[in-house]
Amino acid sequence: MSENLKNTPLVDRHIALGARMVPFAGWNMPVQYEGVIAEHNAVRNAAGLFDLGHMGQFDVTGPDALAFLQYTTTNDLSNLNPGEAKYTLLSNPDGGVIDDLIVYRKPEGEAGYMVCMNASNADIDVAWWEKQAAAHPEFDVNLRDISADTGMIAIQGPNAQAITAKVTDADLTSIGDFSWANGSVAGVPAKIARTGYTGEDGFEFYCDIADIATIWDGLMAAGGEHGLVPVGLGARDTLRLESRMPLYGQELGMDISPYEAGLGWAVNLNKGDFVGRERMAEVKANKPTRKAVGFKYVGKGGAPRTHYPVAIDGQEIGEVTSGTFSPTLGENIGLALIKSEYAGVGKPLQIIVRGKPVDATQVKTPFYKRES
Amino acid sequence: MGAPENRKYTKTHEWISIEGDIATFGLTDHAQSELGDITYLELPEVGDPVKAGDAFGVVESVKAASDVYSPIDGEVVEVNSTAVDGPDVINNSPYDDAWLVKVRMADPSQLDSLMDTSAYDEFESNQ
Repeated sequence: MSENLKNTPLVDRHIALGARMVPFAGWNMPVQYEGVIAEHNAVRNAAGLFDLGHMGQFDVTGPDALAFLQYTTTNDLSNLNPGEAKYTLLSNPDGGVIDDLIVYRKPEGEAGYMVCMNASNADIDVAWWEKQAAAHPEFDVNLRDISADTGMIAIQGPNAQAITAKVTDADLTSIGDFSWANGSVAGVPAKIARTGYTGEDGFEFYCDIADIATIWDGLMAAGGEHGLVPVGLGARDTLRLESRMPLYGQELGMDISPYEAGLGWAVNLNKGDFVGRERMAEVKANKPTRKAVGFKYVGKGGAPRTHYPVAIDGQEIGEVTSGTFSPTLGENIGLALIKSEYAGVGKPLQIIVRGKPVDATQVKTPFYKRES
Repeated sequence: MGAPENRKYTKTHEWISIEGDIATFGLTDHAQSELGDITYLELPEVGDPVKAGDAFGVVESVKAASDVYSPIDGEVVEVNSTAVDGPDVINNSPYDDAWLVKVRMADPSQLDSLMDTSAYDEFESNQ
């Protein structure tokens, strides 16, 4: 391999499981084991285990930890109780997005917050936060990039809780959506978060990186009889897209407003000043000129893919941000960023696939929602 | 899986079997395995010309789209519409049920530059 890729502690396990490894954001990661569709369906119907060792983690403590995160991100974190988490966006002064994040307030008895960052942006995020802290000495904070010391895996799917219950002493039923708690998992200490990126119930585990293989092995052993399979980045992408979760670099970017991306719900303009607030307020007040929409194919053609043009009557009106053959629905689905005047459920679009227009119709999202 | 005997192979992982002046094309087991779950297949129509080195079709998996290349010049005489309707047949039966097109060859001597089974097996094992 020509690039200098980083490996997670689980790389030998992936290879032994028959994974196809690919470079992703500087990491050598499994894209699939048995196959994308089989892994996707396992998560929807049973459970899947994901190595998320490439993701970054950032620790924010100090008296002004909350104020600093409020100033540098878009959502209102002031109402997070100990042990609760929230989705938020790291914003730039132009009202665009540097990264999308989950901020966890530490459980009772621990100070500060932990932020989970995308692998591709972790270094950028950390540099940005350090720059902000230096520019604003009024914030009394301690910042620490703990990515290299932190292991992370996820178990997702309807059987995730039953499997996890076999290897933990934590009361999982007391961990609500977007919450986390300390517990022993497979005999080692971890933080157990009911968060994920698949649209299914499940947990993400954070622990000392030296312990991550113990948790992986414990869950794999406990999960066999519950249909647990390892899942690669391929199915992670199809799962998140069916659930309309954004992917940074596709739905989100430095030059896309959250209001264009359909993520206005993750921006609170009334919480006080924050980076990019003024520009975001302008975009909201003037109505965004572009809008993210969901679509599915009506006609037949190759799957929609990122950057494919979107047209109406031969005129280009935007592009596909993410698209795939949906294993759950058995049809082609996607998200597109288009001129707002063409947006509307039931309205037509044409996706230009290798020069040929394929008829599509705009649909409500998420494309898939689990029965609760 | 070793590649079947009595066929020719390309470096882009197509197989060709010959009967008279008709060549049948398909994708090798290596190709389908590299692609993963195949979800879409686009093929030319009967009567369309194919040209050596040019793409005549597209095969897509969940993750990627790839062109399928013709190693020879000719004209399409038959298309496997069953494979178009259910492209996962390429994963399940790459050498038998998942033939793609039959082509009337313009110049059978173009086959001479292709690999035979043992040459392809060796080529594939070094991929």
